[in-house]
Amino acid sequence: MSIAERQDEVVEEFSMFEDWMDKYEHLISLGKELPIIDEAKKQDNNLIKGCQSRVWLDAQLQDGKIVFTADSDAIITKGIIALMIRVFTDSSPQEIIASDLTFIDEIGLKEHLSPTRSNGLVSMIKQMKMYAIAFQTQV
Amino acid sequence: MTKVFNVAKVREDFPILKREVNGKTLVYLDNGATAQKPQTVIDALTKYYTHENSNIHRGVHTLSQEATSAYELTREKIQGFINAPEKESVIFTKGTTDGINLLAFSLGRDFVQEGDEIIISAMEHHSNIVPWQMLCEQKKAVLKVAPINQRGEIILEEYKKLLNPKTKLVSIVHISNTLGTINPIQEMIAMAHEVGAKFIVDAAQSAPHLKIDVQALDCDFMVFSMHKVFGPTGVGFLYGKKELLEVIPPYQGGGDMIKTVTFEKTTYNELPHKFEAGTPNIAAGIATSAAIDYMNQLDWNAVHLHEKELLDYATAQLKLIDGLRIIGEAKEKASVISFVIDGVHPYDVGVIIDKMGIAVRTGHHCTQPLMDWFKIPGTIRASFAFYNTKEEVDLLVVALKRALQMLR
Repeated sequence: MSIAERQDEVVEEFSMFEDWMDKYEHLISLGKELPIIDEAKKQDNNLIKGCQSRVWLDAQLQDGKIVFTADSDAIITKGIIALMIRVFTDSSPQEIIASDLTFIDEIGLKEHLSPTRSNGLVSMIKQMKMYAIAFQTQV
Repeated sequence: MTKVFNVAKVREDFPILKREVNGKTLVYLDNGATAQKPQTVIDALTKYYTHENSNIHRGVHTLSQEATSAYELTREKIQGFINAPEKESVIFTKGTTDGINLLAFSLGRDFVQEGDEIIISAMEHHSNIVPWQMLCEQKKAVLKVAPINQRGEIILEEYKKLLNPKTKLVSIVHISNTLGTINPIQEMIAMAHEVGAKFIVDAAQSAPHLKIDVQALDCDFMVFSMHKVFGPTGVGFLYGKKELLEVIPPYQGGGDMIKTVTFEKTTYNELPHKFEAGTPNIAAGIATSAAIDYMNQLDWNAVHLHEKELLDYATAQLKLIDGLRIIGEAKEKASVISFVIDGVHPYDVGVIIDKMGIAVRTGHHCTQPLMDWFKIPGTIRASFAFYNTKEEVDLLVVALKRALQMLR
């Protein structure tokens, strides 16, 4: 499945929710389900410090695909991270670099990417792409 | 003028309080960040741009004369508002941060030398930490921090121990933006004066809540912003004792602050203009008069009672929420409540209750060292103004309980 297809899948999944509360409840449960990042990887070099919440991001290259693991101290932020990881999962660096992330806007969570939220998500997306650029040379 | 206070009637004066957010009537509990504006302030801004717009202190034409008079009238009103002995002691700034930076620069140049000490407290806003750190770095001076207790009160005995003849400046917040603590400023000023230190009061949070009297306090300097006092953004004030303002150098050079300029030597204008370089925020400066008029027509005894009632009621109601802990339980407290809730992150709570129309602040409130001291990442803060109601406290509590159901 391509990144675009996985984005479509997420958009469809979220289209079931009629009101914001159901949508957020789903997001929260995704956040709770997200495997907790290995404590050893919760180090400062993996930390993306937002004003409101903190995000840890780690990336490994395995068989030409990038495996992201991430965590946040805020559960809603973590829910969005879970979606990001799902969309990017098993993708090659090239696919990630070329991807256009539209699903967050389409499922009505764009406000979480506003710089005023300062929750670390915008920096996390940038960082994910940076990893992809860095790993590209190793593939 | 008859003094009045009726919360329902007062709310009518603030048009924004009628708007909806996410389909719900706005419950605005972020007054510590900025206060809403009465219609008279909004009208004054429009009126200025519609009828009076011109530069001040410069033109001989009618518009400039009118704008200058209106702008200078604000200075007189602020003089009255803080009971300054003379209007030359009242300097227009961009806001509290600007005022502190002005003092760090102008006082710092000659007043602070290598090895001198500057005292702040553990509950200061970043804007009352960083400018002093910058000065200390430049001058090789030492920044000392007066500690607080678990309730969030400055420990006066410890503060006293820090004071010594090397202490040149003390800069302390009057009311903590994060904890709501009202500091015993008058006593602290007297103690600082005993060792010959100058005292700066950060009145950003107290100006909207307390009657300010710079002469009774005997502070050397005071700074605050109008946007927290129901006035426009982009304007604030610095009060300084005249004899001190006269001897310290200007902060910025430019138009309006000079008497004569040649390429060899410039002589500075007299107070207050010496500290007011460049064209200021004239519209906001003039509209400030409307905010002060608004404050002056309120019955402040009734306002204080109302705010106290809101604080007590909200504290009692919030404490009933399972796992909620109030951060800052000073005996003397303004209508600001910070809290954390076991097992949930402030950001998540803030996001969810915003969906229910409730505006609070979450995060570290520009007081990271204070958060570190309490060993928490941040708090949820509800800060009340006189236009808030008990019904709004109830809505906050309902929203919090709903958020917890979702998050836990």
